Amino acid sequence: MSSVPNEEHPHHPFLQHHFEDLGQQHEASTLGMWMFLSTEILFFGGMFLAYAIYRVMYEPAWIEGAHHQNLMMGTINTIVLIGSSLTMALAVWASQLGRRLLTVALLVATLVLGSVFLGIKAFEYHAHYEEGLFPGVHFTYQSPLAAKVQLFMVFYFGLTGLHALHMIIGAGLLLYFIWRAWRGDFGPEYYSPVEIMGLYWHFVDIVWIFLFPLLYLIGRHH
Amino acid sequence: MVTAPPEHEHAPTHHVTPLWIYFAVFFALMFFTVVTVWISTINLGVMNTPVALAIAVVKATLVILFFMHVIHSTRLTWVVILASFLWVATLFVLTFADYLTRAWAIY
Repeated sequence: MSSVPNEEHPHHPFLQHHFEDLGQQHEASTLGMWMFLSTEILFFGGMFLAYAIYRVMYEPAWIEGAHHQNLMMGTINTIVLIGSSLTMALAVWASQLGRRLLTVALLVATLVLGSVFLGIKAFEYHAHYEEGLFPGVHFTYQSPLAAKVQLFMVFYFGLTGLHALHMIIGAGLLLYFIWRAWRGDFGPEYYSPVEIMGLYWHFVDIVWIFLFPLLYLIGRHH
Repeated sequence: MVTAPPEHEHAPTHHVTPLWIYFAVFFALMFFTVVTVWISTINLGVMNTPVALAIAVVKATLVILFFMHVIHSTRLTWVVILASFLWVATLFVLTFADYLTRAWAIY
């Protein structure tokens, strides 16, 4: 059989020497990325926990704060972000099939949708500032619960701000992988970087899937 | 002389997900987004938040299994993912076991 390692056989340019083959390398990359994501899950988990504790303590203030969120903008942003997850997943699919230009186009679409999300978020931040709901710096909101509403806004800006920071990092990573996809690095044998990029992007999407009901949909029936 | 094409390479687990699955998951996520917004306008008493979170968990599970290809991942990857959620659950359960049993903590 020809299963004996052949010194003469040129290996794939992106196969690292410490891996047996691209399959093993791909599995190691996936596992490594999930290790990183588990630290991210715990990182955001801590923030969600702090949010939950204060929500239990100050529920009426949380409801009052949530009523100052723009539900329309939040819903549109949820749709935009899930749409970007779809284009990201399709980019992985296209790279698996070695369709270079389609991969580039889908990664660009993901970047565009991510930018739309950040633009809408910036619009919302501006509206909160105008309304005097920016904690510490510009908080002029009047209400018997004002102090606790301010705490809600601390969590709002903290959670969405960290989420937006992840989006900005993701956008930077996308630029790099768009360039590499354009260069023709990816194909049926080697698409791990696109897959890993996707894992990161989908994780950020999942964080938003939880943030949306927790920040926008509280006490809407009142 | 060189003749036979190299076939010694182990076939990597290159599972290509059919396109319709991606679109089905996308439309399911859209559907649940509409449902969660709609259901938040209905008074379910104390159940509003659990229902909203349950929908979020379903959406997250769809993303993890299909967009993130975990359904085709190795057992080791599953262990890492499940372990991270187990630790988050531990974090919540133990912390709330403290806060919820303090009389002053209830608003």
